[in-house]
Amino acid sequence: MDHKQIAKLITLIENEPDRSRDILKKLPKRICPVIGFTGSPGVGKSTLIDQVIARLRSIGKTVAVVAVDPSSPFSQGAFLGDRVRMKKHFLDEGVFIRSMASRGALGGLNESIYDVVELLESVGFDYVLIETVGVGQAEIEVRYVADIVVLVLSPGFGDEMQLLKAGVMEIADIYVVNKSDLEGNDSLYDQLVGFLTFAGRDVSSVVKTTALNGNGVEELVDKVITLWKSLAETERLKQMRKERLKHHTETLARRTLQRYLSTVDSQDPYESVELALKSMCERLKYGQGGGT
Amino acid sequence: MYDKEQLKKIAEVFEHWQQQTENDMKKFPERKQRFLSSSGYEFKRCYTPLDVSELDYLKDLGMPGEYPYTRGVQRTMYRGRLWTMRQYAGFGTAEETNKRFKYLLQQGQTGLSVAFDLPTQIGYDSDHPLAEGEVGRVGVAVDSLRDIEILFDGIPLKDVSTSMTINSTAVILLSMYAVTAQKQGAKIEELRGTIQNDILKEYIARGTYIFPPEPSMKIVTDIFEFCAQHMPKWNTISISGYHIREAGASAVQELAFTFGDAIAYVEAAIKAGLDPNVFGRQLSFFFAAHNNFLEEIAKFRAARRIWAKIMKERFNVTNQDAMRLRFHTQTGGSTLTAQQPLNNIVRVAIQALAAVLGGTQSLHTNSFDEALGLPTEQSVQVALRTQQIIAYESGVADIVDPLAGSFAVEALTNEIEEKVWEYLEKIDALGGMVRAIELGYVQKEIHKSAYEQQLAIEKGEQIVVGVNAFQTKEEKPVENILKVDPALEEKQKESLKQLREQRDNRAVASALKELKQAAQEGKNIVPYVFEAVKCYATLGEISDVLREVYGEYTESTSI
Amino acid sequence: MKKYRILIAKPGLDGHDRGAKVVAHALRDAGFEVIYTGLRQTPEQIVKTAIQEDVDLIGLSILSGAHLQLSKKVIELMKKEGIGNIPVFVGGIIPPDDVPKLLEIGVVRVFGPGTPLSKIVQEVREVLEGVASTSGS
Repeated sequence: MDHKQIAKLITLIENEPDRSRDILKKLPKRICPVIGFTGSPGVGKSTLIDQVIARLRSIGKTVAVVAVDPSSPFSQGAFLGDRVRMKKHFLDEGVFIRSMASRGALGGLNESIYDVVELLESVGFDYVLIETVGVGQAEIEVRYVADIVVLVLSPGFGDEMQLLKAGVMEIADIYVVNKSDLEGNDSLYDQLVGFLTFAGRDVSSVVKTTALNGNGVEELVDKVITLWKSLAETERLKQMRKERLKHHTETLARRTLQRYLSTVDSQDPYESVELALKSMCERLKYGQGGGT
Repeated sequence: MYDKEQLKKIAEVFEHWQQQTENDMKKFPERKQRFLSSSGYEFKRCYTPLDVSELDYLKDLGMPGEYPYTRGVQRTMYRGRLWTMRQYAGFGTAEETNKRFKYLLQQGQTGLSVAFDLPTQIGYDSDHPLAEGEVGRVGVAVDSLRDIEILFDGIPLKDVSTSMTINSTAVILLSMYAVTAQKQGAKIEELRGTIQNDILKEYIARGTYIFPPEPSMKIVTDIFEFCAQHMPKWNTISISGYHIREAGASAVQELAFTFGDAIAYVEAAIKAGLDPNVFGRQLSFFFAAHNNFLEEIAKFRAARRIWAKIMKERFNVTNQDAMRLRFHTQTGGSTLTAQQPLNNIVRVAIQALAAVLGGTQSLHTNSFDEALGLPTEQSVQVALRTQQIIAYESGVADIVDPLAGSFAVEALTNEIEEKVWEYLEKIDALGGMVRAIELGYVQKEIHKSAYEQQLAIEKGEQIVVGVNAFQTKEEKPVENILKVDPALEEKQKESLKQLREQRDNRAVASALKELKQAAQEGKNIVPYVFEAVKCYATLGEISDVLREVYGEYTESTSI
Repeated sequence: MKKYRILIAKPGLDGHDRGAKVVAHALRDAGFEVIYTGLRQTPEQIVKTAIQEDVDLIGLSILSGAHLQLSKKVIELMKKEGIGNIPVFVGGIIPPDDVPKLLEIGVVRVFGPGTPLSKIVQEVREVLEGVASTSGS
């Protein structure tokens, strides 16, 4: 499938989610490493991903990137500027970059992300990278979509404070301390190691990088490859994919229910849910297809 | 300046006056609810001694030519010597621009200012694929020393002062200029002029960067070091607020971000082992002159006081010459309109007047066809005459800092200064200007201001005559707009091809190899660039060597 | 629900992005998803981005005088890659007598200095809805 076809399918999945099922049904089931990158704006995530893509390309791997940015809660529009940093890969046929707006999804990613990732896996990319902004504890959806979550930190972001915001910290598998040529970087690194030790986590999961010149990127990619291999060899990957399936299902269920909820008119939330479920069951009963 | 008793009396009268005025306003309201400056603070209805009661003449103003230089950096200012009339010019090939330079000098301008095309600014030769369609469009195309020789043919460099708006490739153009001067028989120690060489603002607002910040800063400090030793009359940098302002910043932000950059340069140079008392004297600045007349004048005065304090208090400089803020001004291009272009002549005149009352050392006035194309001979003549009329007919050049003591101007000067310090504190808290730029903080602030301004214009809160008020239904199109002949691009490429064939390619290869090694070893690259330039290595070839060593920068954007 | 996706691109070497960012902001505030390419884009990069992002409209911002050449290249390439149906808008410093030339090349709208954002947003909507009604999507 060429880039144009892939792009059109993604648009379809985003805009007409009811058709995703049919689209995906026709494609071969395939899995590949799905790596999520999260971290505050300005830590150097995009620059790092740019380098990671370069490294993966240099070892002959094809890469699909989904960069998610928040939609404006007021206008529902979005400014999607992440691909700017990945310019040098635009003309590489082995790299596909797509920007997505969150479209109000609760977890900080777009609701269609599950289907989009599944599509990208099916069409044969060796790696799927997801870039997301993970500033708060709500934006942890990436944990369920990705097999490996890389949290990017950088000195001078009050990361020392961030470390205490347990939610984001805990979902990460690999920690990147970026801009290691800046003073203050060691302090962040030390604090991080200390924190992980205290939490009983593996401190070898910390990597120092200078995304600007690529230092540490090879090490990061090696860690990702090794980790994924070990997940695949044990039952961990299967479990994670099950979790992903569960969250995907819940997202679909929520969306379906929301549709019925929007037709219900009640002041009592409990009654509203009952009415919506009733309405849905009636439709199913009379073979009108619930649809998702 | 007033004693306590007097101030008390004035305050009473003022209170009474305010009440009466507000009473009157019930029947005769003012034109707006609030009268805002570009920087968001409000203009008072009327300024009185109460607004400057804390002003200490000797400490805050001082005499012209004396610390803190609020009243000007020279004692006699324009009575001694008028500001340099320096029109930014350049387009097409070196031959075309040479003609325009001669025209301008003939018309009475007193300094040269060179505009280079985008490939030259970004380190690409005219035959590079990315240069296609861009050669000679926004400035003169320079591929090698030969172009500079042609550019200044018939213009003795020892007798003129030349400003070159060039940043990432400043080291190359400086070398070409100096070598050309030497070939003309001049000594490089005598040369007067400026290279813009302000890479930080490129990341913020102008976009002609090549390398990442760290190596770019090194090139900047290499140039400081070289010029301190070999070109003492040369301004090594023109730390610019103009482009920042044009990108949408307010007057306060213009100063704050310029000084943020300046502090970063001074710190980098000190870290590289240079003495601020020495290199400090060769720093210069570049600001915009925008529409709000009084705010702009106050801005320039505040700028001088702020810089003097920064150098003295933050960097412990003792050499007075290194505390003096010398600056070039350009009237704000973004304020000029495509609609009813003749109105622009008036805008430029007011802006130029503000720059002169603000004490600028050098001035470029825009041409009325600014929003349509590069200046024609006719339009640039009017722009130059504007300066000459101000200089010779208006009388403002005959009194030094004539607006000093004005309650409004001094209050505004203070207000701007205060707000600039607030910003500088924020930038320090973020870890300095380079960090602030990496974080996108500066760019976001500027964009926010730009967007707000645009919304204000669309809501009619800000009037742009001829655009959202007093429009004409049928505009008469401007007859004569300068078009750069696309055939010049081919001509330039042909010359380049010939050059590559005619020169000693072995010498070029050798010089480039030496340059690469010097760059890799962290040596001062300026002498090596000189050598490469002498053998007619091209600008693209030299830039490519540096790209190999330093890498290339990619920006990130958010709004 | 269809969300329109608009590409705002800076072709060529011009580094002034104030206008492009202000327009992108306005479009975002009007509910569009705006993909911004950043500076120094070649026509090839712009077209590739348009394909991968499956955009509905392309806006080129050019202030360096190279608008005729750059617009022509982008549109030719779009046609070659089979996305010639995507409407192209151009904004920036465009001398009035170049406007008809741009329209002839295939540019759908040209916005010179002083064009209000509200006008740009309105024209974007009109063109997109016009396209939608003709293509029956």
